[in-house]
Amino acid sequence: MSKTSSIIQVARLVKRFKDLAAVDDISFTVEAGEIFAFLGPNGAGKSTTIKVLITLLAPTSGTATIDGHDIARHAPEVRRAIGYVPQMISVDGTLTASENLMLMARLYDIPRAERKERVREMLAFLNLEGHTDALVRTFSGGMIRKMEVGQAMLHRPKVLLLDEPTTGLDPVARQNVWEHLFDLRGRFGTTIFFSTHNMEEADEVSDRVAVMNRGRIAATGTAEELKAKTGKPDATLEDAFIFFTGNKLQETGNFREIRRARQIERRLG
Amino acid sequence: MLHYLSQTFKKSYVLAEMETRKLLHDPTELISRAVQPILWLGIFGEALSKVRAIATPGLTYLQFITPGILTQSVVFVAIFYGLYVIMDRDTGVLQKLLVTPTPRLALVWGKMIAAGIRGLSQALIVFLFAMVLGIRLRITPWSVLGVIVIVMLGASFFTGLSMIVASIVKTRERFMGIGQVITLPLFFASNAIYPIAIMPAWLQAVARVNPLSYMVDGLRALMLSGGVARVGFDMGVLAIAALLISMLSAWFYPKVVM
Repeated sequence: MSKTSSIIQVARLVKRFKDLAAVDDISFTVEAGEIFAFLGPNGAGKSTTIKVLITLLAPTSGTATIDGHDIARHAPEVRRAIGYVPQMISVDGTLTASENLMLMARLYDIPRAERKERVREMLAFLNLEGHTDALVRTFSGGMIRKMEVGQAMLHRPKVLLLDEPTTGLDPVARQNVWEHLFDLRGRFGTTIFFSTHNMEEADEVSDRVAVMNRGRIAATGTAEELKAKTGKPDATLEDAFIFFTGNKLQETGNFREIRRARQIERRLG
Repeated sequence: MLHYLSQTFKKSYVLAEMETRKLLHDPTELISRAVQPILWLGIFGEALSKVRAIATPGLTYLQFITPGILTQSVVFVAIFYGLYVIMDRDTGVLQKLLVTPTPRLALVWGKMIAAGIRGLSQALIVFLFAMVLGIRLRITPWSVLGVIVIVMLGASFFTGLSMIVASIVKTRERFMGIGQVITLPLFFASNAIYPIAIMPAWLQAVARVNPLSYMVDGLRALMLSGGVARVGFDMGVLAIAALLISMLSAWFYPKVVM
């Protein structure tokens, strides 16, 4: 596929907060239908990159396009082309499952005639038909994440961006969320861009991985390519990470990020 | 432009409806909020009307402060409404809403309308309790409609103000601190519980630029005795203030996630 048809194109993107470059001159492309992992420790700049891509933050310099729309100049078009699942819990616990989905259906202008059916379909797809009118605050962590994927996919966006989608979930729930994501890609050809600090997850589910560290991309490629570059015969992605960045993928990040990560784990747990 | 406006109205309605559904799922808030106006009217009002310390020509003191207490209880709901912005930010709901193609102004108007609806429930409580106390109020279809309009406009203005504060301070603790600090001065530097005429000159100047005074004045004209011109003027001031602050708030609001 030629460069110009990549669904996400990021060129020399920089995002500074005062004198800190959270995203420091990164470039990469994601092809349509790919599952692309953004791998790095807390504080590497993954969330900031996603926030720039989804038009919540303006870039300091550089450009990015999603489905051909420039994120800085054509924010409304970008917003219609994407679905976003934040790191935090973004489903409203004080509304029911169907109300949460209906809200998104209306905000994304899904025609009135189709809304009810679309919401019903999504609840069935997520295996939540039995909980249609239950308040979401009574849901388990896995159910909450599925609801959020459902909210972000209701308008059938071309690109789904997820920020640490499985942090705080137990392995069974994690597996379940990914099965639904694979299924969505199979049905609609959705491009899935997600950030994670979990090596195994990046290794197992993604077509390609970008290794991010301290605001920069250290390497990009398939998990196999990255492992092969270390020169070790049975290298893991963890080895590859150390090879490319010179440090371990440990819990870095500041007080606020760690507190937030723990809060999410507690709420989903 | 026309498309943007129709989108803004449509989405404001969607968001206000969802906010109201939340209230219906858990209406305890409405009951706990009823306590304060009842105390002000039933204790403060009753006590001061016995003292006859404040001259309120042509009206009993209880009649005089009823619109003031209504205003105060609506403004209290609105001025703390920004807390929902901070809660939505902390949970991630806000980030998700900001990524939808919803006009920013609709996100603000949705909250304003929802706060206004909570304010109307306060109005109902004040009206009912005033009847219990035997306070004579003017209740006609037009006066009730006027009260609804003024409550919605006043709640909108203070919700917009509250959302700006929330967008700047970003944490619950700081927000609550500022909320506490501004509510009482707003209330005291107004015509809610005493006429502007008895204030020192500097306070009169503050009271005249305080939107709360226009709310009280409009409600007093509607609920007791006042002409269409006065009500119209007060509504106009409130409508312009609410519109301006909603635009300012729509500008500040997306910055809360940064």
